[in-house]
Amino acid sequence: MYYIDPHIHMVSRVTDDYETLAKMGCVAMSEPAFWAGFDRGSVDGFRDYFRQLTQFEQKRAGWYHLQHFTWMCINAKEAENVKLSREVIAMIPEFLDQPGVLGIGEIGLNKNTKNESIIFLEHLDLAAKYKEQILIHTPHLEDKYKGTRMIVDMLCDDRRLDHRRVLVDHVEEHTIRLVLEEGFWAGMTLYPTSKCTPDRAVDMIELYGPERLMVNSAGDWGPSKPTAVPDFIMAMRRRGHPESLIRKIVYDNPVEFFSQSRNFNFTPPDAEVATREA
Amino acid sequence: MPRPLPAEQTLNREFLEIRAKILELAASLDRLDRGDGNVADDPRMRLVRGGLQILTADADADRAEQLQLLFSQPYEETWRKKFEI
Repeated sequence: MYYIDPHIHMVSRVTDDYETLAKMGCVAMSEPAFWAGFDRGSVDGFRDYFRQLTQFEQKRAGWYHLQHFTWMCINAKEAENVKLSREVIAMIPEFLDQPGVLGIGEIGLNKNTKNESIIFLEHLDLAAKYKEQILIHTPHLEDKYKGTRMIVDMLCDDRRLDHRRVLVDHVEEHTIRLVLEEGFWAGMTLYPTSKCTPDRAVDMIELYGPERLMVNSAGDWGPSKPTAVPDFIMAMRRRGHPESLIRKIVYDNPVEFFSQSRNFNFTPPDAEVATREA
Repeated sequence: MPRPLPAEQTLNREFLEIRAKILELAASLDRLDRGDGNVADDPRMRLVRGGLQILTADADADRAEQLQLLFSQPYEETWRKKFEI
């Protein structure tokens, strides 16, 4: 089955992972900007990172016929540095018209602090001014519920935002309802030791239905599994769900959500084959 | 809405997994008891005890959601005022 991983950090992965993903049916991925495991010291550090996301990763993905899309921001963890964050936010528009840039993300909260909230709001303002889609990171473990509610508060306060163009990621059992009820899209992240497992993701689809829901691996530099989406596909099959439902979650829904971005120039795999054969 | 597997089929599939998870939990609690010192008053143990109660609650209790909320910081309606946002 073809699928799209809507949230994966390929800068942290080796080229072999691109090949493995392609062999397992992945046809495209979206890579939000994130924390690299260390705090960067200057706006130029971010500029180089954004060049890597918009130039080199597309090329690497293309070696295996994968289509790579990306998102721009300064992440919540580094947002504690308000001065640097503002410099990065001022620089982001340089990249918004680059091919494959889908919007602003992954913005959000980490420890639910005042500085994180200030920079989150400034990212929302940037997205509203440039009419960009938004991809949101929600905090980990004990911070998730409080942080997700704060994020939803801030999103709902800004009347300029179209909720259908916002994806709130890393939802779990205690946050999925409040995200979907406000009309946002929701992403479930499949991690080996935290966030969500394939079977719990299937549970949530059985409870809430398939509309505005996606699953992702969020594969990165930490313990994570870039092939987690195929694990989810297998869990759905083992629990008797039809291929059409599985495809909706792992392919149709990402295409529907990303298609709202002007830079989502996606070529469906069947169209690519037809073009080559013509 | 997608339908879950019938309960008996789920039990057939997951019984050994459930058994293994309960055993792991029991062994962890035994390990805490065998170790030097006493963590009974540690606030995290209060959460663990609360979690065990949720596991044995009634069938319509949304156990996974309740467990998540048990291990979560509370949300404060007035957070914007506190942050002067």
